[in-house]
Amino acid sequence: MEQPPAFSHRDSVIVVSELTKVFGNLVAVDRVSFTVKERDIFGLLGPNGSGKTTLIRMLCGILNPTSGNASVLGYDVLRESEEIKRSIGYMSQQFSLYSDLTVIENLNFYAKVYGIPKKERKGKLEEVIEIVGIKPYLNQMSGSLSGGWKQRLALACALVHSPKLLFLDEPTAGIDPVARRDLWNLLFELSARGTTFFVTTHYMDEAERCSHLGYIYFSKLIACGTPEELKRIPNVTPEGFRRHELRVERLTEAMKELLKLDFVGDATMFSDVIHVLIKEGYAEEVKIYLVRNGFNVYDLREIPPTLEDVFVSLTRSFKG
Amino acid sequence: MFQGLGAIVYKETRHIIRDPRSLFLMLVIPGLELTIFGFAVNLDIKHIKTGVLNQDKKVESRALLDQFVNSGYFDIVEIYNSEDEISTAMRRGDIKVAIIIPPNYTERISRGDSANIQVLIDGSDSTVAMQALNVSNAIGLRASIKVMGSKLPIPSELPVDIRPRVLFNQDMRTANFMIPGLVGVILQVVVMLLTSFAIVREKEQRTLEQLVVTPVSRFGLMLGKLLPFLGVGICETTSVLLLMIFLFQVPIAGSVSLLAFFALIFLFTTLGMGLLVSTFAQNQIQALQISFVILLPSFLLSGFMFPQETMPTIIYWIGQVVPATYFIRILRGIILRDAGFWDLWHNGAILAIMGVVIIIIATFRFHKTIG
Repeated sequence: MEQPPAFSHRDSVIVVSELTKVFGNLVAVDRVSFTVKERDIFGLLGPNGSGKTTLIRMLCGILNPTSGNASVLGYDVLRESEEIKRSIGYMSQQFSLYSDLTVIENLNFYAKVYGIPKKERKGKLEEVIEIVGIKPYLNQMSGSLSGGWKQRLALACALVHSPKLLFLDEPTAGIDPVARRDLWNLLFELSARGTTFFVTTHYMDEAERCSHLGYIYFSKLIACGTPEELKRIPNVTPEGFRRHELRVERLTEAMKELLKLDFVGDATMFSDVIHVLIKEGYAEEVKIYLVRNGFNVYDLREIPPTLEDVFVSLTRSFKG
Repeated sequence: MFQGLGAIVYKETRHIIRDPRSLFLMLVIPGLELTIFGFAVNLDIKHIKTGVLNQDKKVESRALLDQFVNSGYFDIVEIYNSEDEISTAMRRGDIKVAIIIPPNYTERISRGDSANIQVLIDGSDSTVAMQALNVSNAIGLRASIKVMGSKLPIPSELPVDIRPRVLFNQDMRTANFMIPGLVGVILQVVVMLLTSFAIVREKEQRTLEQLVVTPVSRFGLMLGKLLPFLGVGICETTSVLLLMIFLFQVPIAGSVSLLAFFALIFLFTTLGMGLLVSTFAQNQIQALQISFVILLPSFLLSGFMFPQETMPTIIYWIGQVVPATYFIRILRGIILRDAGFWDLWHNGAILAIMGVVIIIIATFRFHKTIG
């Protein structure tokens, strides 16, 4: 999908066209195309097993595509995978550093693996230590760090060679909310310095923070664009319908009642509210109907769709 | 008191059924191993590899040799033309017994004189040597009685005078034979296990996933993992050899530097096997299970405990693909028989070829695992 023209002066960092990967009978990635530009934070969303990891592995040059093309930082994923590996950073969802090496030993190891000359190594390491703020833990065994610090160390290791592009595969899975926020602030800081990010996540609040989003479902990229663009997709709020937030008692029963009405398009339950698609002008009818059936309605108001609404609707319409 | 017993038993049975690899190791391997090793485990020493130098070449001497063969204990594998050839063959380990019949054997026997038959016995394996000693003495006695039965008067010496001479390990110490073999088997097991563990650990802890997206090269990664373990292997070899010499009093008859040279080849092959095991295993437990399958033949089929000559053909050939077989031959050759490079080079060459093939397969498979 094309980026808005306002951003076109930036270089394309990732260009993917009709990329496909087949494992035996399974099409893991099906004709996926998109572009990521410099300084984007591109978030890739999708359920487990939808093809996210396969797509990342192809872009990192460790898995050959079955057909289609992709270039990363101007290098072809098929022919120039070694150049790609040299110029990108990668951080996986699980801690994949050596837990029996200290923080500084891990950093040194990756600096050497990326072939940073001995003279520059010390300065470079000091720089990444400064960025992620891991100085107090340098001599601690990596395995004994908390989840958040482990991820910061992994980020530091992925940054030692100053990559222009960083792949983060569910970087915040399993870490506490404060550490998660801190890590994202760090990503914004790096993005402001010119780093491009390709992130996969399950968290909607993280998706909101991305500059661009792609939604992959059953191996296909079914939506791509900025969060605002995605919220405006017609499928999300069908013509003639309005999205409402309903606060009501006995949510589960209320929801069953709602779905019986023909002027209700869809209803999704959240922890204490229901998001309902109601035909234009029928909001009052819904309220009256619920009250008449013995439900206490606290509030019913029109709202813009959230990203979660977007993905739920996209998934439903794709299935339908 | 037994709350949940049924649930646990059911769940546990499921685990077992769902893990085909372990199931295979549990059900098939024990039966297979019992069959193979049951045939290999054989302490009756028969079919001892024997060489002959017949300087007489007449009917009488052939009849004597037939008696050796018919006893079932000696297999004549080679006819030699000089004593030099015989001593080379014994040093190489090609034969364990050599029968030397003097030029005038038939003449002396028919004259009623005594004829000396030299029987050279490799004393490395004391059990084999003892057996060869006793049986050849008995054959000499029987042949003599036969000669004497038809001729009189009885001579002062036995007509067929068998004179066994034990070469190498002359005092026939069991330790001298067993310890060098043990060195080979132990090194094979320990080095292979250590190497496979070290690589599988990277899979288990997912550190390999991070490494493959770096510019680290395939050979850089593999050699980098193997070299430190080569160091460990060298230290281990040195320490077990020192223990052998000083604790078990088994001296090295031959060249230490030659032993070191062959040991390096053996370590290279063993490291390769560790690497190969690691490409099949997802975790350390699986690596241990697979290694166990290789471990038993190293003990039982390598000639360490049971002579390979007596094994049925198929089992003999299984023994021939175990690297420990060749290293044990080299160890015994150098330590006991002062064998030189040219006596043992073919064992070293086979080890090296095995190593290269194993490393190539492992590299190929390794690449697939991380791809």
